[in-house]
Amino acid sequence: MSLPPHLAAAPRLSSWLHVGDDGTVTVRTGKVELGQGILTALAAIAAQELDVAPATVRVLGAHTGLAPDEGPTAGSMSVADSGSALRQACASARALFVAAAAGQLGPGVVVRDGTFTAPDGRSTTYGELAALVDLDVDADGTPTPKAADGAPVDVARLDLPDKVTGRPRYLADLVLPGQLWGRVVRPPSPAATLVSVDVDAVAATEHVVAVVRDGSFLGVVADDERVADLAADGLRRAARWDERPTLPDEDDLATYLRTGPHTDFVVDETGDIAAATGSRKMAASYSRPFLAHASIAPSCGLARWNDDHLHVWSHSQNVFGLRLAVAQALSIDAGRVVVEHVESAGAYGHNGADDAAFDAVLLARAVPGRPVQVRWSRADELAWSPFGSPQAVDLAARLDNGRITSWECDIWSQGHTSRPGFAGTPGLLAASHVDGGAPARAPVDPPPERGAGSARGAVPSYDVPARRITGHRLDQVALRSSSLRSLGAFTNVFANESFMDELAESAGADPVAYRLDHLSDPRGRAVLEAVAERAGWASRPTGGDVGHGVAVAQYKKGGWCAVVAEVEAVADVRLRRLTLAVEVGRVVQPDGVRNQVEGGAVQAASWTLKERVRFDTCRVTSTDWETYPVLRFSEVPVVDVVLMDRPDLPSVGSGEVAQGPTAAAIANALAAAVGVRVRDLPLTAEAVVAALDRR
Amino acid sequence: MTDQTFRLTVDGEPREVTTDRDASLLHVLRQELGKSGTRFGCGVGLCGACFVLVDGKAAPSCDTPIWSADGKDVVTVEGLGSDGGLHPVQQAFLDEQAAQCGFCVSGVLVSAAALLAENPSPTEDAVVEALDRNLCRCGAQRRMMAAVLRAAEADR
Repeated sequence: MSLPPHLAAAPRLSSWLHVGDDGTVTVRTGKVELGQGILTALAAIAAQELDVAPATVRVLGAHTGLAPDEGPTAGSMSVADSGSALRQACASARALFVAAAAGQLGPGVVVRDGTFTAPDGRSTTYGELAALVDLDVDADGTPTPKAADGAPVDVARLDLPDKVTGRPRYLADLVLPGQLWGRVVRPPSPAATLVSVDVDAVAATEHVVAVVRDGSFLGVVADDERVADLAADGLRRAARWDERPTLPDEDDLATYLRTGPHTDFVVDETGDIAAATGSRKMAASYSRPFLAHASIAPSCGLARWNDDHLHVWSHSQNVFGLRLAVAQALSIDAGRVVVEHVESAGAYGHNGADDAAFDAVLLARAVPGRPVQVRWSRADELAWSPFGSPQAVDLAARLDNGRITSWECDIWSQGHTSRPGFAGTPGLLAASHVDGGAPARAPVDPPPERGAGSARGAVPSYDVPARRITGHRLDQVALRSSSLRSLGAFTNVFANESFMDELAESAGADPVAYRLDHLSDPRGRAVLEAVAERAGWASRPTGGDVGHGVAVAQYKKGGWCAVVAEVEAVADVRLRRLTLAVEVGRVVQPDGVRNQVEGGAVQAASWTLKERVRFDTCRVTSTDWETYPVLRFSEVPVVDVVLMDRPDLPSVGSGEVAQGPTAAAIANALAAAVGVRVRDLPLTAEAVVAALDRR
Repeated sequence: MTDQTFRLTVDGEPREVTTDRDASLLHVLRQELGKSGTRFGCGVGLCGACFVLVDGKAAPSCDTPIWSADGKDVVTVEGLGSDGGLHPVQQAFLDEQAAQCGFCVSGVLVSAAALLAENPSPTEDAVVEALDRNLCRCGAQRRMMAAVLRAAEADR
């Protein structure tokens, strides 16, 4: 029987789980907790397959020396990849325990809640059998996991008791013996270089242990965190930088994105565009600006050098990739580097975690044997974490009697990944600042088989006989960008589903009915019909200052999500309600999925309504929560999620499925409310006024 | 930097700390008093991650110099409960699973506790107003609001 791919790559059962003689099950996965509860979901899977109480399962963080290498925790693949591997590993382990129990108690043993009971009532437990069962064997793909008959189960988040009581959990809370505090003084702008700095006064300050200058990389290490902050301020004042105006016109990103040079690529070519019938042609362009991850915790890293060995603690999405990138950047053997995952605040893609870790590595090198923690400032977090890529989408369609006969799409974008190790470079911020460091390369895109990047979500799910979708990825970029939740799908679905509303309007059709007319996929129809029903679409009030909008999309050939948004537009754009119908295959943890979908929808609403990285010709200027506002409690809509379980389909991720449809539903609701369409995000009151003025 | 000695009550215990008078209360809590449950988010009082109760009012500890907390009663997320138990709003956050990453939760709980102390039966609007200085990036706001209302309900 074939093994799930991640189990095939690391088939030894003991690399996935260990059963202690007290009955505790310890699970080791290569996936990391990014704040979305993935470790709880994996614990629930292990508990279900082993038939033990979830509370007895402990999931350890990823560790390059100990855990299976499962690549990055990204792309909504954790439950599908790691979950399926863990499920099979636990099923195999359970069978070994059942056999051992039968050896003691005779045939007919059943296991329930961690206890093996024979027909005569005698029993034993996982803990009592632990010493008899050898898990140092390879999985052979048997038996079939019992998942298929297991009901969905909600397991309370294992990490929340610590978090509501303020117990140490996050990397910034980790303090090792002899630990020092490091700060990096970043250049004032992306292209700035350090001309000169007099470090003597700072270096002589009490409690300062080291000042590190290497090219344009400047930092300080102190044995007191407050002194580290003050010393960094001192270095900042003492530094002279050469700044150059390399940033594009913030108000005309479309020109920047279209100017190039580009790498052009065909995303989809189906049917014959030239042969499409119908006289009516429609075209429109949509865009989003640079977005910031804007995590609530600034990035943090911790590192310690002992002789030639380097230990790094990071909230990276990919401890394995970070290890290789660090080794590459320093030209050392990766065998000497260990990277261990420690949680931080929520991560929504490739943020500053890896960069902060490398900052700590560089500073710790100056103080061998001492661990150095680097925590970024809020300003650096907002200005130096990789951004979500800006993107513009040109759409054109031909209609025959209202029916879409052709669909053309051109995507203009920065690439959507510059993760550590991308394009053969370390991909670490400071690696391009140190003396002789290679300048950062333009971001690239994941390959189509991994869901693509700029083109993710670009191919509409509708029945359109002729399609041509082309990508144009910038080969030179002004600001670094990388993976942000759903990558290009957010903008592509925003564009496609805004355009669908414009086509429906031109055809004089109801937006839901028009979509259903073009959508034969039964899963897509199901979520669309469900959301229309739940939101009371057919009887929605029209007129006045309130508008309703709908959108639907499939994410990465996996989950489906349909959204109805209700927007009120008077003095401001106010999102009152989001209704979502979501189908992500078999649901392991219903509340976990709901939480992910709710959070994704609210975050997408924040991007859609408010967010935009600001900059002048040299510097990023959105460096605090006033210049980079995000959705607040008073602005968060009511979110109602209809979760459609499909136990017959494999589980797929839910963390990104809501991003694009939410944006488009809000845009469509706004257009319904104010009677004009805003095609460039964010959908602020100023943008509405500008659109009204243009009318 | 000139060190001075300050006395304050932290989570019910009298504490004495000798430090620079301009050091932030957050720094003192985390680095001098071992109270790491209070989080650093922005350093300028704009995100709410570092909120603590100072004489019963929610205040940003990152933006509160230690000299101004001298003689005050400070309660962090670690001291919200009593008799070793959870504060009702902490329990309600567990019941509602009202978090994703949880990093903002310490400050949100402090804002909520301040509200409930003042107004045991808040309306939803009052909850929104009380929490509006706290940012949550994961989008768990609705669950948190439900949890605060649930805690108020439980207290009735």
